[in-house]
Amino acid sequence: MSNISRDDVANLAKLARINLSEDELSHLSSELSVILDAVARVQEVASSDVPPTSHPLPLKNVFRDDVVRPSLSPDEALSGAPAQEEQRFKVPQILGEEQ
Amino acid sequence: MINKSAAEMAAALTSGEISSVELTQQHLDRINQVDKDVHAFLHVDTEGALAQARDVDSKRKSGEKLSPLAGVPLALKDVLVQKGVPTTCGSKMLEGWRPPYDSTVVTRLKENGIVILGKTNMDEFAMGSSTENSAYGPTHNPWDLTRIPGGSGGGSSAALAAFEAPLAIGTDTGGSIRQPAAVTGTVGVKPTYGGVSRYGLVAFSSSLDQAGPCARTVLDAAYLHEAIGGYDRMDSTSINQPIPPVVAAAKDGNIKGMKIGVIKELQGDGYQAGVLKLFNQSLELLASLGAEIVEVSCKYFDYALAAYYLIAPSECSSNLARFDAMRYGIRVGEGSAEDVMNATRQLGFGREVKRRIILGTYALSSGYYDAYYGSAQKVRTLISRDFDSAFNHADVLVSPTAPTTAFKIGEKANDPIAMYLNDIATIPTNLAGIGGMSIPSGLAEEDGLPAGFQIMAPAMQDDRMYRVGAALESALLSKWGKPILENAPLLGAK
Repeated sequence: MSNISRDDVANLAKLARINLSEDELSHLSSELSVILDAVARVQEVASSDVPPTSHPLPLKNVFRDDVVRPSLSPDEALSGAPAQEEQRFKVPQILGEEQ
Repeated sequence: MINKSAAEMAAALTSGEISSVELTQQHLDRINQVDKDVHAFLHVDTEGALAQARDVDSKRKSGEKLSPLAGVPLALKDVLVQKGVPTTCGSKMLEGWRPPYDSTVVTRLKENGIVILGKTNMDEFAMGSSTENSAYGPTHNPWDLTRIPGGSGGGSSAALAAFEAPLAIGTDTGGSIRQPAAVTGTVGVKPTYGGVSRYGLVAFSSSLDQAGPCARTVLDAAYLHEAIGGYDRMDSTSINQPIPPVVAAAKDGNIKGMKIGVIKELQGDGYQAGVLKLFNQSLELLASLGAEIVEVSCKYFDYALAAYYLIAPSECSSNLARFDAMRYGIRVGEGSAEDVMNATRQLGFGREVKRRIILGTYALSSGYYDAYYGSAQKVRTLISRDFDSAFNHADVLVSPTAPTTAFKIGEKANDPIAMYLNDIATIPTNLAGIGGMSIPSGLAEEDGLPAGFQIMAPAMQDDRMYRVGAALESALLSKWGKPILENAPLLGAK
């Protein structure tokens, strides 16, 4: 039986950059425990002699020639920006005062 | 004209019996009349559609050579970007966003003169099996408005079943084209992975996501498949080979001597009796048309659902990191960039999306990676091997598309595991990257609601599904005497 605590969920939410309410934290911890129990079955057959598949196509790196092609103008690229200034995305402060 | 097939509409356009503007207007009128009850659309682009229709009409008048579907209207799932037209993915996160470019699917629709009526409702970021996870409210199944239309592409399938559009585009990560088709009595195809470009398809699980055609007939789906499919340099996972000849296969429909493999593991417990009965009747029809029915076993399919619910959440937790409140989409909260990110993602994402991001974050975290994500990737290998050996004994594989007919809205909303079980028969094809199709198999005797028959083919042999689908569709039509959707309630007749 998987046991995902409220604190575990809070830590995962921090890693995933999502604030969660108390209500969401307690719901998710019980739901995740149930879901993880259901999906943990994969371990029954995942023996060491089976290679993993990350992708359905047998592709290696796909390269293209490095040539300039038409692309979005700055105005188009910024058209959905929540805030902008001087043709740049305007974002809240990233580093703290000490950094 | 709205209850005709897309091919019939195309013929009427070619003969001059109707113009694209008239045909488009008829569909806009129909949307106006019934969509308040069905809620298939999140956005109707009346002006854009009519402008596109006028353009096709004038090209036709000037004698320009047009594509087979030129002038026929279509409904587009709101997960594919269309320049200047709101694209929300059913999420609050993208409310009000107008993309600055066209997805390749949209580019090809426009090149083919296919008229885009608007954007259809879906589970948020395509995560769900009922369209109840849309931030903009659920879509209602035209067969019974109290029931779900499937998901995540419930808006596209409902639009077809309600005669709001003869064609639609869906995307299928674990069944989101095929299960909605099954529960609405329509046709849906997930092409081979890489068969249709993912450029401009908002990513959920990149190694599984695949756009494809939705329609009311197999031939219509084939025409749409050829219009949107094929290599695209903008998608590095796009397959650089010709599109399989799906229109020719759908027109031919000869299955004499074909071997059809019934997957033992995709029936029995958990499947509704009426759904299985229809499945078996369809098998008898296929046998009567000269196909040989064989049974195959895919013993690792029992692990497919578990593997999927690790792989898809893992990839989604990474893909959805792009919604960071910095470059597009909504932004809420005060303080540092990280505070704003945290607050925006709390408000912008719904319950199921948060659940999957947190699950994926867990499955990918150090200490758990090998046990969960790593094991799931190994199961993926085992499932592909199961398919490979099954295709040694059969040309196509078949199963019921979904274990049940449409359930009631709200019935499974609080039980994620019960909801996930809807996809039990559709998920294996996504994990292996092969093609899958759902066509209507009839109405289940318990509830009179439609069920789906699923056909799967090896990678890049999509034409085989169309051949078998067309054969079964035609045999069922002779048996029923009329298309299945003529049994659906008349909407908007008041």
